[in-house]
Amino acid sequence: MNLSEKDQRDSSVLELVDKMLKGSVRALGKLITLIEDESPGSLEALKKIYYHTKDAYVIGVTGAPGTGKSTLVDRIAVEIKRQGFNVGIIAIDPSSPFTGGAFLGDRVRMMSTSNDNDIYIRSMGTRGSLGGLSEATASTVKVLDAFGKDFILIETAGTGQAEVDVIKETDTTVVVCVPGLGDEIQTMKAGVMEIGDIFVVNKADLQDADRLAGDIEAMLRMGYESKEWTPPIIKTIATEGTGVVALVEEILNHRGYLIRNGLLKNKKARRIKQEIMEIARNKIIDKISSNETNQLSDALLNEIMLRDKDPYTTAEKIIDNFAEVFQKTHL
Amino acid sequence: MSSENKKLRVLIGKLGLDGHDRGSKIIAKALRDAGMEVIYTGLRKTPQDITRIAIEEDVDIIGISLLSGAHETLLPELCQLLKENDAGDIAVVAGGIIPKDDIPVLKQAGVKAVFGPGDTTKKIIKYIKSIGTNE
Repeated sequence: MNLSEKDQRDSSVLELVDKMLKGSVRALGKLITLIEDESPGSLEALKKIYYHTKDAYVIGVTGAPGTGKSTLVDRIAVEIKRQGFNVGIIAIDPSSPFTGGAFLGDRVRMMSTSNDNDIYIRSMGTRGSLGGLSEATASTVKVLDAFGKDFILIETAGTGQAEVDVIKETDTTVVVCVPGLGDEIQTMKAGVMEIGDIFVVNKADLQDADRLAGDIEAMLRMGYESKEWTPPIIKTIATEGTGVVALVEEILNHRGYLIRNGLLKNKKARRIKQEIMEIARNKIIDKISSNETNQLSDALLNEIMLRDKDPYTTAEKIIDNFAEVFQKTHL
Repeated sequence: MSSENKKLRVLIGKLGLDGHDRGSKIIAKALRDAGMEVIYTGLRKTPQDITRIAIEEDVDIIGISLLSGAHETLLPELCQLLKENDAGDIAVVAGGIIPKDDIPVLKQAGVKAVFGPGDTTKKIIKYIKSIGTNE
């Protein structure tokens, strides 16, 4: 691609950013696609978008499949909007590890918000990420922020025990549990049960809802003496909207707590640091990958399989070669 | 960093008062298995709903299943709304029970293709891939 082509491409992308900043939902949708596909120009777009972000508050909602996350997110969004805020939703569902395809069905449960012009919903596939989010989640949050959303809700793909990436991108994490999935031993496991700033016992009309709430509370009380924030446990029946007002109140309480104690600023600083490292890491990996294809010949792989060489030295060599090329091109 | 990351996004939904969603689910699953991202809207959407969702989700293609007989009203309305909202480039494809005689009118209104009973999912996937990459 010659220079003028690149310039042309960048200027059309920046035009899209301008349209988005002026309130075009069409441009917003197209920009998110561009970023999700890592299409040419997406980085230029993000560079510009960053300066228009205003620290939207990010709420993560996570939990096992079928616990009612989509329905709950729908109700939370409506309640936050009722309080006068501008809300956006990112709803993540798994991509197939085999075909890359995805069935994004969260909208089916978002009956109130899906018909609401003011609440923007974007469905995303995980596209290979294993932590419950997709790689483009952080960038999508920025675009929605710049678009003017005050609150952004992220609904993770259904999580089991270990998918905790959501805490990296959110200010308040809500963990949704339902009765009937196990005894108190499950509440004591590390991972998802540790990341909740707020716990929700959804489907609270089911048998054993009180016992589950009790189990979670007992778990939280063990060793939480030193913490200033003790996660509240809210019982909800999302399909009926029961408990949602109380839940939003606790979300806003948590937000107040973070702000009062200077913790929100710390969170944001940590997030920016981690993001910069991730962007840099991905760029290096891209460069090594495009550099390495010719190095890893079938003959070389064969030598390694025959124990003439080992994978470790070979990897070191790739890095050495890369460093050499990098020095020539960048320094 | 190239268009090889480009993933086809397809909205699959139903317009109007029509509760039969088995067909649209079969198509959604087939497209998923063909590597596409399917945004499934569920039942009883209006042309306005579908237009808004298609724009928010920035889909490449809209697949509408209709078995109610209201296709001659609802599909042209959808195509018109897309055009009015700067989204006329999103291809509309229809399926379900649509009499052959009605197809020319629908195509004139902007519907790109009409599938029906007897069309294989393979044929539909091939067609969607072809219009998705021609964009």
